Amino acid sequence: MSDTFKPRDENEIVEAVAWAASGGKKLELIGQGSKRALGRAAQYDTTLDVSGLSGVVLYEPEELVFSAKAGTPIAEVEKVLAANRQEFAFEPMDLGPILGGKPGEGTLGGMLAVNFSGPRRIKAGASRDHTLGVKCVSGRGEIFKAGGRVVKNVTGYDLPKLMAGSFGTLAVMTEITLKVLPAAEDVESVLALGLSDARAVEAMALAMGSACDVSGAAHFPQAIAAKLPVKAVAGGNSSVMAFRLEGIAPSIAYRRGKLEAMLKSFGSLAVLKADESRTFWRAVRDAVPFSGKTANALWRLSVTPTSGAKIGGAIASATGAQMFFDWAGGLIWVEMPGENPHEQAVRSAINGEGHALLVRATPSVRASANVFGVLDEGLGKVIRGVKEGFDPKGVLNPGRMYAGL
Amino acid sequence: MSLVMPELDRGVLGRRAEIVAALRRIVPGEGVIDSATEMKPYESDGLTAYRALPMVVVLPETVEQVSQVLRYCYDQKIKVVPRGAGTSLSGGSLPLEDAVLLGMAKFNRVLEIDYANRVAVVQPGVTNLGVTKAVEHEGFYYAPDPSSQIACSIGGNVAENSGGVHCLKYGLTMNNVLGVEMVLITGEVLRIGGKHLDADGYDLLSVIIGSEGLLGVVTEVTVRILKKPETARAVLLGFPTSEAAGDCVAKIIGAGIIPGGMEMMDKPAIAAAEAFVQAGYPLDVEALLIVELDGPEAECNHLLERVSDIAKSCGATTLRVSNSEEERIKFWAGRKAAFPAVGRISPDYYCMDGTIPRGKLPLVLARMRELSEHYKLRVANVFHAGDGNLHPLILYDANETDELERAEKFGADILKLCVEVGGVLTGEHGVGVEKRDLMPTMFNETDLAQQQRLKCAFDAEGLLNPGKVFPKLHRCAELGRMHIHAGKVPFPDLPRF
Repeated sequence: MSDTFKPRDENEIVEAVAWAASGGKKLELIGQGSKRALGRAAQYDTTLDVSGLSGVVLYEPEELVFSAKAGTPIAEVEKVLAANRQEFAFEPMDLGPILGGKPGEGTLGGMLAVNFSGPRRIKAGASRDHTLGVKCVSGRGEIFKAGGRVVKNVTGYDLPKLMAGSFGTLAVMTEITLKVLPAAEDVESVLALGLSDARAVEAMALAMGSACDVSGAAHFPQAIAAKLPVKAVAGGNSSVMAFRLEGIAPSIAYRRGKLEAMLKSFGSLAVLKADESRTFWRAVRDAVPFSGKTANALWRLSVTPTSGAKIGGAIASATGAQMFFDWAGGLIWVEMPGENPHEQAVRSAINGEGHALLVRATPSVRASANVFGVLDEGLGKVIRGVKEGFDPKGVLNPGRMYAGL
Repeated sequence: MSLVMPELDRGVLGRRAEIVAALRRIVPGEGVIDSATEMKPYESDGLTAYRALPMVVVLPETVEQVSQVLRYCYDQKIKVVPRGAGTSLSGGSLPLEDAVLLGMAKFNRVLEIDYANRVAVVQPGVTNLGVTKAVEHEGFYYAPDPSSQIACSIGGNVAENSGGVHCLKYGLTMNNVLGVEMVLITGEVLRIGGKHLDADGYDLLSVIIGSEGLLGVVTEVTVRILKKPETARAVLLGFPTSEAAGDCVAKIIGAGIIPGGMEMMDKPAIAAAEAFVQAGYPLDVEALLIVELDGPEAECNHLLERVSDIAKSCGATTLRVSNSEEERIKFWAGRKAAFPAVGRISPDYYCMDGTIPRGKLPLVLARMRELSEHYKLRVANVFHAGDGNLHPLILYDANETDELERAEKFGADILKLCVEVGGVLTGEHGVGVEKRDLMPTMFNETDLAQQQRLKCAFDAEGLLNPGKVFPKLHRCAELGRMHIHAGKVPFPDLPRF
């Protein structure tokens, strides 16, 4: 069993990284460890637990800016923001349930390191879009900062956004500054029932191309809809396509009317009011229908939205997988019937129209499969160069994303 | 001019004829320009205080030509300065006398419009407004709208991460670009991102956007297009003090309202704009706010009422809501013409671009008045109030002996002040050569070295746009060295698990 270091401040992180770099050791970075089962299974000498670096550093609601230590629990952050009726507009996903863990865990650093954003991604962007500044310890054992605390900033390369989705392979984040936004006053959802995947993707493109200002567009085939924690949806014995409308009540009412007129020819419609809407979209965000069988391989695909149904259909017929669609068809959650991830079938179905990440698999599968895919040669060279610039000795989470990186 | 540029490569200059001939073999016809007269239009960009004739101008038309030109320069160790429309306000495309100036103006085609996926694929020489023009008949538009949008190119927008008055609600270039095709200095062609949202590997778009031509040459851009909001209405608010106006901005956002645009002007800027376009601005106020709400009509009307109530509670002495599209456009006309308007009341002006935490505005304006007296130069302010991006316009006369020098010192002091109050050197104009030597006021050596190591991953020889962004470009080999104290066990006093 490997040792765990739990530094109390960034200087102790510097010490730990310098120790590892000089002795050829490999560090596994964790916060609360809620996403530990995500990524390639690699061997580490020591765990670096940054959950000791915790606490809000700065929060100015009227400036829409929030800074906290990287180890601050997300649950705590969300509570602080909610008290001022604000939130992270990108709806960070809670991976606990699908990875077989508890819900409500995870830290700010982990959130940015995986960069998994929720249904509002199509309107508000990802966590990377809201990241303004970072303080980090590089794999060279040096403290550096980048970005700032203001939204409009082009002073130097935007390294804070590069940290998003880097899975702790570039630097140990110690402090993160993000943009926060007012939470919507009200929310409603318009549902269309009984649509095929292809028809749903068509309807979602139509709605997204309208002025209805949709902030969520998802589609659940009947078998998956039945697993959603909203009675009106689960008991309907039909597929469910849903659009979210957020804002002030008079605006929602107007847009709902417009959307309903647009969807009339697509099937029977229903509406979810605020509370049910919130439960529903949280379940979409966390891929709740796939939290039951945690031994089954689970993929997250980011694809060209209008190709969603075609890609999903190809995977389903080759593997018997089940799936649902978010981001107007651009995000597909695919659950395999068993442990076999059917990597080849997934990647050939995508065929250059996006990216697939194997989010859940057994440790032995994660040790051998290309969890993040295979980088093409040119891109691979640049990405290895970037890694080299931040972590030349390969100390931080080596092998977590790609073999040898 | 006190700007120190990289040392001239005499060897390269000595081979100029040979280099021009080689470039002509790659880009035939009029695509290679080497006469001083014809190169003259390229000698500066929007930062006209600095000028230099390039060694040669190359205007490629195909990706293959870009790739071959860069490969040739890489093999021959020749510096390259990329250029879009040449509207940079920070000298990002200022030529170097020993470098190839690579102009991308001929890449001016819209390649694909995909309404179903709400994206357009365009070449980098397409103007910012050109994207909107290509999709507006279907009711779509491209959101970032820098004030140079008639002229500036999408490739330049990518290089500078351009913003505009609507970025408070709709984001910067960073938030509206999904993919690029980019040629590295080695001639390799990379595709990053596409029509999907999350890409594989590291999020390289994050650093390519805003990289000021130091990482590669973009040859294709996939941008997000949006459906135009059904209505937009603006309200003009005048305040007796800039504090009251700043307070109003904070309260609007505090009430959970994110307007489509929220702009502030100070008294000198109001006066200049009003004299120029007669927008109907009140002249008896210290600060003017233009707040625009967009969306369905019901939403605009509802929010306008709330904004008006807030403004009244903050002591607004002028409050006028636009009642027609013509009136809304008129409200904006003064703000959009603020730069040329200031140009009318002064022979020259120097436009700054710091960002500050919004709450610091009264403090910064007060300090700026002191600086104005100290340097004996007038200053007018326009301000993207919603996001804290400040554009002080320093008025000077270049024909007066030391006025340019004083204006530059004044400008530097303003930017240092921005950093001092928690802001940054540049919000949307870029570092370029203009703010290059101020970078150490915001970043220490380690911070800057880490940024340069990123450049090393793309351009290890430092051939792309040298002399920009970084006060001193270190060699990659030198940056790669590690100095660590070996073998010490970290914090032995800590518990292990």
